[in-house]
Amino acid sequence: MTDIATYNFAYLDEQTKRMIRRAILKGIAIPGYQVPFASREMPMPYGWGTGGVQVTASIIGPDDVLKVIDQGADDTTNAVSIRAFFKKVANVAVTTDTATATIIQTRHRIPEHPLSAGQVLVYQVPIPEPLRFLEPRETETRKMHALEEYGLMHVKLYEDIARHGRIATTYAYPVKVEGRYVMDPSPTPKFDNPKMHRSPALQLFGAGREKRIYAVPPFTDVVSLDFEDHPFEVQTFDQPCALCAAENVYLDEVILDDHGGHMFVCSDTDHCEKRRNAPTSPLWGGRAEGAGGGLDQSTSHSIPTPALRADPPHKGEGKEAQ
Amino acid sequence: MDIATQSIDGGFADPVFNAQTVFRAVMDAMARPGSVQPLAAFARPPAPLSATAGAIALSLCDHDTPLWLDPALQAPAAAKSWLGFHAGAPLANTPADAHFALIANPAEMAALDGFSQGTQDYPDRSTTLILQVSDLTSGNPLLLEGPGIETTATIAPAQMPRHFVEQWKQNSQRFPRGVDIILAARDGIACLPRTTRIKTMEA
Repeated sequence: MTDIATYNFAYLDEQTKRMIRRAILKGIAIPGYQVPFASREMPMPYGWGTGGVQVTASIIGPDDVLKVIDQGADDTTNAVSIRAFFKKVANVAVTTDTATATIIQTRHRIPEHPLSAGQVLVYQVPIPEPLRFLEPRETETRKMHALEEYGLMHVKLYEDIARHGRIATTYAYPVKVEGRYVMDPSPTPKFDNPKMHRSPALQLFGAGREKRIYAVPPFTDVVSLDFEDHPFEVQTFDQPCALCAAENVYLDEVILDDHGGHMFVCSDTDHCEKRRNAPTSPLWGGRAEGAGGGLDQSTSHSIPTPALRADPPHKGEGKEAQ
Repeated sequence: MDIATQSIDGGFADPVFNAQTVFRAVMDAMARPGSVQPLAAFARPPAPLSATAGAIALSLCDHDTPLWLDPALQAPAAAKSWLGFHAGAPLANTPADAHFALIANPAEMAALDGFSQGTQDYPDRSTTLILQVSDLTSGNPLLLEGPGIETTATIAPAQMPRHFVEQWKQNSQRFPRGVDIILAARDGIACLPRTTRIKTMEA
């Protein structure tokens, strides 16, 4: 990179950073309350993480190590471009390793590797108001938060049960923070909600288009709303990750062909790669020979090919229709 | 040194990175109440404004944030003009108008409920108090619990306001309204956000 004068460190001007920093401090002091802030235009469209980028730009320093994930993946468009953005405007170290990152910007998953004290998780939030789809008027939702009037949210969850026999909300599952504010955890799969509860890491939420910042300090109660007879539960998967055989992690369905072939793999790419490369893993190619593990050792790949279908597509299949 | 020099000298040597370092210390202290975040002296404000409190003011205050100064800071012209030159913050006429309040003499300070508490709709519109204390270890120990604290934490800031524990209890009862406190000691800072509860120590 050349040394010609470009942007201020981390893109934003200092007055904007101060304004956002003040909002972050208020957000931490009032967990779950959405602090209005004067969101700026960023060199990317709304919906691409402008809120998270502004929060990250305001807290990041030259010693930070940044990780950016899009869902769980480090290598998809949004993650790659935001990581490149901060490498360019702040010249900070970047990583895909969850444990060594000091700031992790995410839409919207929480990494599988447990977070530690001192780490900051920055969420990109599209709609910060959990009551917005129930009550479109900002004046009304603000009153509802002020009066702690959250009956409508329970009605919504009840209607789910009446219609589907269970709470059908699977992402952006509403939570109550420290027994006071109902908060949208961003459209994170509800699988990750329990990780927010008393997390040792600081969690900051930025919504650029909606101009709101909110926060959950470390060791803060984050409870998913539910009913006594319909307790909150997370998604479960009846098979492990097809690549690393991990269980109790969040899996993405990957479509493989036009014949219904699909596989379920870890959504957290860093977690999955680490497991496959760990020398202790039975899936690790170098040690597979004679190291037990019971896997097919004749293949040269370290990744076992999953059984995709019981009957592989035969030649000419699917052409009858044409 | 004449007053004009005093008010111009002693700002951040490196405004962008100093402000970021100070803010991160305040953010970490606010997120983990009771923890002491070490902070080097980045600013050299004129007395009686301390280096730590001055640095916090420079990193958070600007023309958008009315600032209230306690009588100890109001009296000398040097501190006022230093803040005016480096931060550009207007002075608030009353504590209730202030976004930030700088208190050089916490032991004599006005009651916490005299500052802006925010409203039930907008609890963020409250005053953040920056209290200058000599240290965080020699005063009455405060046993803390609440968000940001795993079990309990203890700090013992010196020269705290009179009846502080009682005043803080009332502040907590106003939640989500209430003030937040940044304690600025010589070599570190600690915070008491409005969610932090002070447990009464057993004798």
